[in-house]
Amino acid sequence: MTTTTLPRVERLLHRGPGGLTDPGLSGHLGLHGPLVVPPRHDPAWSEALLAEVAAAGLTGRGGGGFPAAAKWDVLRRAGRRPIVVVNAMEGEPASAKDRALLAWSPHLVLDGAELVAALSGARSVVVCVADDRDASARAVRLAADERSAAGAVREVTVRRPPARYVTGEESALAHWLDDGDARPVLRVDKSVPLRLGRRPVLVHNAETLAQVALIARHGAAWFRGAGTEDAPGSTLVTVSGAVGTPGVVEVELGTPVDEVVGRCGPTGPMAGYLVGGYGGAWLAPELGSTPLAPAPLARIGATLGVGIVVALGSDSCGIAETARITRWMAGESAGQCGPCVYGLPAIAGDLELLAAGRADAGAMARIDERARSVVGRGACRHPDGVARMVRSALAVFAADAAAHAGGRPCAGWQATSVLPFPAPPALSGVAS
Amino acid sequence: MTAAVAVALRVRVDPVACEAYGYCAELLPERVTLDEWGYPVVDGAPVAAGLVDLAHRAAAECPRRAFRVEAATPTR
Repeated sequence: MTTTTLPRVERLLHRGPGGLTDPGLSGHLGLHGPLVVPPRHDPAWSEALLAEVAAAGLTGRGGGGFPAAAKWDVLRRAGRRPIVVVNAMEGEPASAKDRALLAWSPHLVLDGAELVAALSGARSVVVCVADDRDASARAVRLAADERSAAGAVREVTVRRPPARYVTGEESALAHWLDDGDARPVLRVDKSVPLRLGRRPVLVHNAETLAQVALIARHGAAWFRGAGTEDAPGSTLVTVSGAVGTPGVVEVELGTPVDEVVGRCGPTGPMAGYLVGGYGGAWLAPELGSTPLAPAPLARIGATLGVGIVVALGSDSCGIAETARITRWMAGESAGQCGPCVYGLPAIAGDLELLAAGRADAGAMARIDERARSVVGRGACRHPDGVARMVRSALAVFAADAAAHAGGRPCAGWQATSVLPFPAPPALSGVAS
Repeated sequence: MTAAVAVALRVRVDPVACEAYGYCAELLPERVTLDEWGYPVVDGAPVAAGLVDLAHRAAAECPRRAFRVEAATPTR
């Protein structure tokens, strides 16, 4: 554990004396000040905002980490008026940041959507909230009603795609909006925009848009006042697992992983950290000092993902947890691509046997080989993420895995999972 | 007038369309292997000149039109 603590940053989520601040429009304007949006297309204003967001170095907070301003460049060649889509699907079970944002700062998200709509010439904004997230959908509708009563000109509609892991993948989201099929689409050239009918679609994560709203108000220099040179700004992180107060925290990018966990009251020594989500990577406890930012995480084979840290206590079994995640992720495949459809369940099956100490001698090599084999062979990156997570587990929990492979599973393998699953799967296929 | 420029070709599989018929691996074993479930594994390396005709044939024979021969561009 590190002893230095960065000052708390409250840009997206503000804590007042009585808890988080009022999410209504008047409270929002009181806290952040008015938003300046030109009523009709204004090229000079658009260029200025684009330059400011580019100078701020804002990257997408939806997992891809693509520079936000670069997405708008794609539209310059697209011709027709685009549709701005707010991606608040949050299909990652271990993420709650989009829900937190929509509950406490819905107007910041809608400000960002309005800015991007004005910038790109869009007349309408579609907010996508999963069909099992009624509270979030209500919060958006309430906020949109307040805004139209206050004279907002752009139409905001809420759509409710099915609550599945892959539905939040942007091509899947555009696909569902276009014809009701929530499966990812193979995109060979990502500089070709997604389309809804004949209109190009601009999909941004809810947090990315909230950050745009702050940059538009305070500028790039202010934005860079938090975070690091390479990873400026703050970000929301959902912390769960072996902590006393799991939840969403806002931190400066570059804050060490163990310090982020430290804010949520770690309950004891850790066996590792799952960073990035169920398609992220496990980190050994000694790598807890790694800055939570894209480049430092990439250097150790990990990813920021959508800002997730699951702390695994030393009384849990990393192999069993990895088996549960893999089985769940296999079930969340869109079922389109062979390597994902057959590869992920096969990997899960071997991991389940390994967790129970009943795997055959070839299981470890088979898991690794299959995990390597599925990478890059799906229409989306679903199998790639699972493969990364699985291979990181075999490395981080190598000693434990070897004991499991030798028929001596650790004491923790039958412990209750610390992982947040929508419906906790048992270690199926393993009779205990 | 027109300069003959050799365009590097590569093969690619559309994983959504592919249903593991495996004809591509039969026709172009030099560049296609099958995984344990019969799905093709290819890489993005340029196809050697001597294999280009076979690559086109493999694309034409694919019942799902999932096997593609295309200009090697840096995307994906």
